[in-house]
Amino acid sequence: MSDCHDCGIAKTAPALGVVPPPKATVQRLVAIVGPPNSGKSTLFNRLTGLRQKVANFPGVTVEHHLGKAHLPGHHDVDLIDLPGVYSLQPRSEDERVTFDVLNGKKAGLRAPDAVVVVLDSTNLSRHLPLVASILSLRLPTFVVLNMADDLRQRGGSVDVESLANELGVPVALISANTGEGVSSVLRFLTGGIAIPKPVELPVLNDLPACRQWARRVSDESGYNRPAPPVWTRRLDGIFLHPVWGPLVFLLVVGAVFQTIFTGARPLMEAVQAGIGNSGQWLRGVMPDNVLRSLLIDGIWSGVGAVIVFLPQILLLFLFIAVLEDSGYLARAALIADRTMARAGLQGKSFIPLLSAYACAVPAIMATRTIESKRDRIATILVAPFMTCSARLPVYTLIIAAFVPDKPFIGPFVYTRAAAMMGLYVLGFAAAVFTARVLKSSILKSERTPFVLEMPAYRMPTWNSIGLRLLDRTKAFLKRAGTVILGVSVILWVLCSVPMVDGHAPPIEQSLAGTLGRTIEPLIKPLGFNWKIGIGLITSLAAREVIVGTLGTIYGMEPDRDAAGLQAALHRDLTFGGALALLVFFAFSMQCMSTLAVVRRETGGWKWPAIQFTYMGVMAYICSFVVNRIWG
Amino acid sequence: MQLSVKDGAAGLSARTLADLRDNEEAMLDHIELPSDFALRLMELGFLPGHAVAAAHTAPGGDPRVFRVDGGEIALRRETARHIFLRKH
Ligand SMILES: Nc1nc2c(ncn2[C@@H]2O[C@H](COP(=O)(O)OP(=O)(O)OP(=O)(O)O)[C@@H](O)[C@H]2O)c(=O)[nH]1
Ligand SMILES: [Mg+2]
Repeated sequence: MSDCHDCGIAKTAPALGVVPPPKATVQRLVAIVGPPNSGKSTLFNRLTGLRQKVANFPGVTVEHHLGKAHLPGHHDVDLIDLPGVYSLQPRSEDERVTFDVLNGKKAGLRAPDAVVVVLDSTNLSRHLPLVASILSLRLPTFVVLNMADDLRQRGGSVDVESLANELGVPVALISANTGEGVSSVLRFLTGGIAIPKPVELPVLNDLPACRQWARRVSDESGYNRPAPPVWTRRLDGIFLHPVWGPLVFLLVVGAVFQTIFTGARPLMEAVQAGIGNSGQWLRGVMPDNVLRSLLIDGIWSGVGAVIVFLPQILLLFLFIAVLEDSGYLARAALIADRTMARAGLQGKSFIPLLSAYACAVPAIMATRTIESKRDRIATILVAPFMTCSARLPVYTLIIAAFVPDKPFIGPFVYTRAAAMMGLYVLGFAAAVFTARVLKSSILKSERTPFVLEMPAYRMPTWNSIGLRLLDRTKAFLKRAGTVILGVSVILWVLCSVPMVDGHAPPIEQSLAGTLGRTIEPLIKPLGFNWKIGIGLITSLAAREVIVGTLGTIYGMEPDRDAAGLQAALHRDLTFGGALALLVFFAFSMQCMSTLAVVRRETGGWKWPAIQFTYMGVMAYICSFVVNRIWG
Repeated sequence: MQLSVKDGAAGLSARTLADLRDNEEAMLDHIELPSDFALRLMELGFLPGHAVAAAHTAPGGDPRVFRVDGGEIALRRETARHIFLRKH
């Protein structure tokens, strides 16, 4: 659910600034703690019915999330989902969140009353030392060994009773995915919570001793290590193969872009037809008045122009979901480490950058996993160069209007898909280039080491992908119904005044037209006319708004034809101007949500101001040059 | 081996993770890295006496995945050569 602007800011801001009532009457607050990627969020979602982001790589959750577990015949229990930690010594921002919450240092949140520790049962001895540190907090604790399905399938086993004896706290073997054993967690949440029985714990800051203790405990409890994950090794044999690896990667990327372009088209045409027909129908049944104009010329064409792109965006999200849920993402970070090292960053920065293909807001949050502060700021500053899904409608519209569709690379990848791919590469190149500049100047630091745990590959489930797409659709429609609708209405008003004989004026003479023509001298050198200029202004709210704006502006024109937006654009822009517009959107920072989250994550306006300025300057200069060359 | 020379006489014969061949398994001895980072590596399983094996590398040979303590951890060569192995 965190793949969108709305959630990035609205929902994640300390949503529960609720100051706790006096201790005696308060609900219980239970924290879910554990190593990264052990299934904490999966369990949290199952217990609360919420949909926090779950994916198969370490470092998915980067801040605390609260939810309520409804227990039949019992008081609700407040649960906190936390970022994964390897120990209770925080080394990055996300780990600090867990540390602070557990110690009651998080603002607006009291210390938890109990802890559920979620471990990956397929890797018990490595994760047991964390249990020792948590037990030393002396809170009521429940140890959950997750991924029971995986453990069993790979022939491992563990004696839960003896482990509980060794640890002095209740233990259960569960599978958060399938729901097996989750009832025992519910029982812990409702039951009388007892302080752990005192057991002998190792000296916590002596890691080898901790490990010895862990080994002894897992031996005593008859822990049978599961066989190594054969499929993961086989797949890595292909994906990390020196020849096949890159080849498979390129093939998949090519297929993705081709599908986004061609595969989505029938659906997009269907949506477009639906919007067009319903608009025509409304025009027929409504009397010719201002309301009809607002509804059809303003809202229908403005919001409709953006909604058309939903199928395409969903396809993009489908691919991102498969990438994240399968475990390939961590391999991509591994492969990208060399490139990132040249830019002065490390492979871990690649994970936020990849998720910026969906949206820069969660990507900027995801930088919390980067240990080095300077690396983190550099990654935040370059993340908005990555082609976010809000740029997709803009790119698609312009490419479809200006690039003829011909076979390009063999019969598989066509010119339009290739052009789109080029823009994605351009964004990535800009990010790497800027990172390099930053890391060799104001953010210079020593090379930071790269350490990343590779998760086992997992088959993405239809269920989780379906839910993600559903959430995405909701977020998209919400945006269409708020930001885009709002801008469309304002724009319609600006296009309708001053009235001439009770009718809207010719658009050039409307307020919007005047406004557009005022800024025209500024954007003329880039090859844009005043209509595009209005789009550039409105797209400051969110990038895809320009599509809606152009929809509204051209919707207000009397001579618009059936071919719609593309044809109108083709009339109004030269090829050089179109290229310049693409470059402008690739580079400039037109996203309020991103600026807001950068301010929050960097703790001030300094970095967002710098970012806004350099991206704007870069966009202007590059568009100017492009328009000069091809204009 | 030119790495060992840099580490002085004591390191001359000591092999590091960076010297492991594909699928070769060895026993860890000690880590010579800033303590903060060494601790993180130890939390991940790079502990004295533990077995470690070299697995896949990224195309281009670096970084590399190491199997240790039931997990797979990717490290750069520049890190691996500060993690020393026991002699057989
Ligand atoms: N086979 C299996 N996979 C599971 C189970 N529980 C979770 N997973 C998968 O494990 C991966 C990680 O799950 P998350 O819930 O995101 O893990 P997390 O502990 O919240 O991870 P971070 O937020 O990164 O610390 C996902 O791919 C889940 O689908 C389980 O019981 N069995
Ligand atoms: Mg999580």
